[in-house]
Parts: sequence; structure tokens; C-alpha cells
Amino acid sequence: METPMTSPSQPAVVVTGLNKIFNHGQPNQVDALVDIDLEVQPGEFISLIGPSGCGKSTLLRLVADLLEPTSGAVTINGKSAHQARVDQDYGMAFQQSGLFEWRSVERNIELPLELKGWDKAKRRERAKEMLELVKLPEFAQHMPWQLSGGMQQRVAIARALASHPKLLLMDEPFGALDEMTREHMQAELLRICAAAGTTVIFVTHSIPEAVYLADRVVVMSPRPGRITEIVNVGLGRGRTELTREAGEFFARVTEVREALRGIEMADAARGIEDR
Amino acid sequence: MVVAVLPPLVLGVLFLAAWQTWIIVSDVQPYVIPRPTDILASFIDDFDLVWRASLVTGMNALVGLVLGSVFGFVVAVLTNRFRFVSEVVNPLAITIAAIPAVVIVGVLNNMYALDSQIPRRIMVTISVFFVVFVQVAKGLRQNDATQMELMRSYAATPFDTLKKVRLPNTMPFFFTGVRTAAPLALIIALVSEYFGGTQNGLGSKISGTLNSSNKALGFAYVLGGALVGLLFFAGSNLLEYLVVPWRRRARSK
Ligand SMILES: Nc1ncnc2c1ncn2[C@@H]1O[C@H](COP(=O)(O)OP(=O)(O)OP(=O)(O)O)[C@@H](O)[C@H]1O
Ligand SMILES: [Mg+2]
Repeated sequence: METPMTSPSQPAVVVTGLNKIFNHGQPNQVDALVDIDLEVQPGEFISLIGPSGCGKSTLLRLVADLLEPTSGAVTINGKSAHQARVDQDYGMAFQQSGLFEWRSVERNIELPLELKGWDKAKRRERAKEMLELVKLPEFAQHMPWQLSGGMQQRVAIARALASHPKLLLMDEPFGALDEMTREHMQAELLRICAAAGTTVIFVTHSIPEAVYLADRVVVMSPRPGRITEIVNVGLGRGRTELTREAGEFFARVTEVREALRGIEMADAARGIEDR
Repeated sequence: MVVAVLPPLVLGVLFLAAWQTWIIVSDVQPYVIPRPTDILASFIDDFDLVWRASLVTGMNALVGLVLGSVFGFVVAVLTNRFRFVSEVVNPLAITIAAIPAVVIVGVLNNMYALDSQIPRRIMVTISVFFVVFVQVAKGLRQNDATQMELMRSYAATPFDTLKKVRLPNTMPFFFTGVRTAAPLALIIALVSEYFGGTQNGLGSKISGTLNSSNKALGFAYVLGGALVGLLFFAGSNLLEYLVVPWRRRARSK
């Protein structure tokens, strides 16, 4: 994989003065994001948390160049967000797995590579590698409907990681999973991203999930959407199931919860899972 | 499978038995309504006649079904892809749909040789076209939001998105159209024989023999039509089963 000419200290993602207004000047105008500034370091794991409607998905879509900002800019590894999308510099996963029903598991994973113009042998090889990574090697030939929800989500993550992107953008990817599967997937994701040095921006509604995964938790507030606090987690790398029971973990969970409660005081918070 | 087939089969047999019994008991004359056993005898004896008539009408319906499906699909994709095509096709489609079918066959019959099957085939094609066109157009408008965002994140071209996502997504809609259009194709093929042209198809034979005293033969032709209809039904379902396997699962859920 060729990497752009960058100095080692160059941030992976830089968001400066970002504003997003939907339906500008109309009665249904929404100030979704106001003056967002954020810098993400290479290999860093960022959790985005905040009440429903505070603009988490909008921020992620702006980084992915799936939406145009009203003002401000997003830079990914020194490139514009648009150029980064065209170059397929990032992988993306959503709450819905978005698997293509008519494609087998391995051909789902191959799709982004196909669009990059990789030849078939190379694609097969990579799909196989990715399936081993998400621990589903024997399901290559299966069709999506033959997989459980958690397995489908793992395939979606394998697909997002298939081109070995330096940046991974995830919008509540574990939102539809049960608690057990969810915790298992969290550990897997950390392992995979740590091994590959992937930078991650991860949107979630769950405070423990945000804390367990992240180096920093970005707390957002709604109407208008802005960043109110950034919590440094500082639990280090190599987190295990024991991390979930550590005192320091609970201290950070409390810190994030209080940051969110501050928002709740100011505005009725909706949709925060407190578990 | 057996469980699904058994109830209608039992019902059908009961119905035929009741029919037969009723005619025997109430002493209805065979030139008014024939007995099922007479119809079957006539069907077997004159199978050659029924077969040839079925072939003519079945062929008209099949050609129209295939052409109408292909045109419906292609035009729907083009209208979806290019705005100027939809600006031409939509008003045209509405206009043609508003003309009563009868008039079209009448006009077409005057344009072709007396023994030509082409006017009937055109008639079937037009009817099938609309059914399939509407379904495919609907399918192309319904896309999974996550899949579309993924394609955008892959910087896929509109053509790639069409080929790899939107067309496969549309296939179930296309086959719904074909399944709906299959019986319609046969009906149009039958009825269009009533408006002149050679009288060698099922439609002509049914109307001819049902007015004669050989009612059993008339009903044998009807039976032939029913069998062709069944074939169309089974064929279009089988095709869907083979081409869009992921739908089987979705529907059986
Ligand atoms: N395409 C759009 N058009 C108009 N308004 C939109 C659009 N997308 C989002 N919004 C509005 O922008 C605000 C932020 O939405 P967004 O989806 O980013 O919230 P979120 O934080 O992801 O919420 P949730 O946690 O429920 O997913 C909401 O008020 C929403 O109604
Ligand atoms: Mg969201």
C-alpha cells in the first residue's frame, strides 16, 4: 500500500471550523453542527457520544465526504475529504450491515476492492485474510441471509477493513447486537485496529462502550450540535475483559456520564443508554 | 410442498365430481353443459386439434411476454438513468395506456396481412410492457440507504452503482412484474383473436365450438388454455426462483 508523503506527526483527521446547516433559510432549518474543531492522531481511537440528534452521524458523514459542509473543512492525512473518498482512503460501517444479499460473504468483502480495480486472485486472497481476521473463515461461500446478525456485522467490518484503510469510520456498528456479542466484537475491533495501527472514529450511544474502546471520548450536545467536552480515557492499550471491571474504567465512565448529564441539565437528553 | 398442493387438488377433484353428479342427476343435455368425463374424452381424442390451437395462442402470448418484459425492463432503466428519456416516455406511456386495447388490435389488423399473428403479438407486448415497466421503475426507486452510502464511500461511478447494486435490487420487482404479466399475456392473446385475423388459435376455437353443439370439444379447448396458463405460471415462478435466489429466503421467512 502506498502512503501519501506525510510527516510522522501529521494528524490523521483534522476538522476545522466545521458547520452544517440543513435546509438553510427554510422554516425547517436545522443547525446540525456548529463550529466543530477536532484533531485525531494516527492510530488513535475516538468515540463520539451524545444525545440523539446532536449530529454524531452528520459529523461522521462530513468526514466521509458523504455530506457537504456548510462551512469549514475536513482534512484526512493531508488530503481534502473529497480526495480521500475518491482514493478510498477510509473504510466505513453502519448500524445496518448493508451487505449485498445477492453476493456471497467473500464477494461482499471483495466489492470495494473490485471498485478499486484489483484483479480477482488478489481480491480472493484479501477476502480470505479478512475472514480469518473476523474469525469467519469457513463462511466465505455463505450468503448473507445464512448468517446471524452478529456474523453479518463482522462481515461488514471485514469489508470496511478490506483495503487496509488507515482510517475507519463507524456509526453505531454494534447498536443492533446483544450485550454478549457486543462486548466480544468490541474486543475484536480493538485487537484488529491495534494490530493494523488503524485510526478510528466510532459513534455510539453506550457510555461503557465509548470508554472501553476509546483513547479519547468526544462528548457532544444537541441544538445546535457542538463538542462540549473531550474525556481522556488513559486506560492504555491491551485492554481485556478485566478492564471493564477496573476502578479506573468506572471513573472514566462516571466522567463521561457527568459530561452528558451536564447536557441533560441544559437540555432534555434523549436516547442515551446508561449501562 | 405436498401440504401446499393437496388442499387445492382435493378441492378441484371435489368440484369436478360435483359437476359430474349434478349433470347426471339433473339430466342436463350434453350440448348445454358437457360432463367432465366427456370433456376429458374429447381432449384426448382431439388432442391434435387442441395442441395445434394451443401452440398458436401460446406462442403469441410467449413472444409478447418476452418482448414486453425486455422492453419494459430496458425502458424503465433508461428512464431512470436519463431524464430526457423519461420526459419522452412518461407522457407517451400514459397516452398509450389510455387507448382501449380493442382499438389497437383493430388498427394493427388493418396494417398486416390477414393471416399474420404479428398484430396479436404486438398487442400482448404492449400490455406486458406496462406491467413490467411500472414494477421495474418502482424497484429502481427503492434502494437501501446504507448500501447507497457504502457505494458512495467507495467512490463508485453511477454506472457501477447501477450494475452492481441497483439492478440486482430491482430483479425481484422485475419478476413480480413478469409473474403478474404472464396470465395477462395469455388472456390478451386469447381475446385479441376475437378481432379478426386467422381463426386457428385457442380464442377463435373456443368461441367457435362453444356456439356449436359439440360443447365437449369447446371445453377441451378451454382446458388446453388452462394448461397453457398453468405452464406460464409455473415457468415465470421457476425463472424467478432460479434468477433471484436471495428472494426465496426472504419470502419463506
Ligand atoms: N438529511 C437531513 N436533512 C435534514 N436534517 C437532517 C438530515 N440529517 C440529519 N438531520 C438533522 O440533523 C440533526 C443531527 O442528526 P444526526 O443524524 O447527525 O444525529 P445523531 O447524533 O446521529 O443522532 P442519533 O444518535 O439518533 O443517530 C438532527 O436534528 C437531524 O434531524
Ligand atoms: Mg446517528
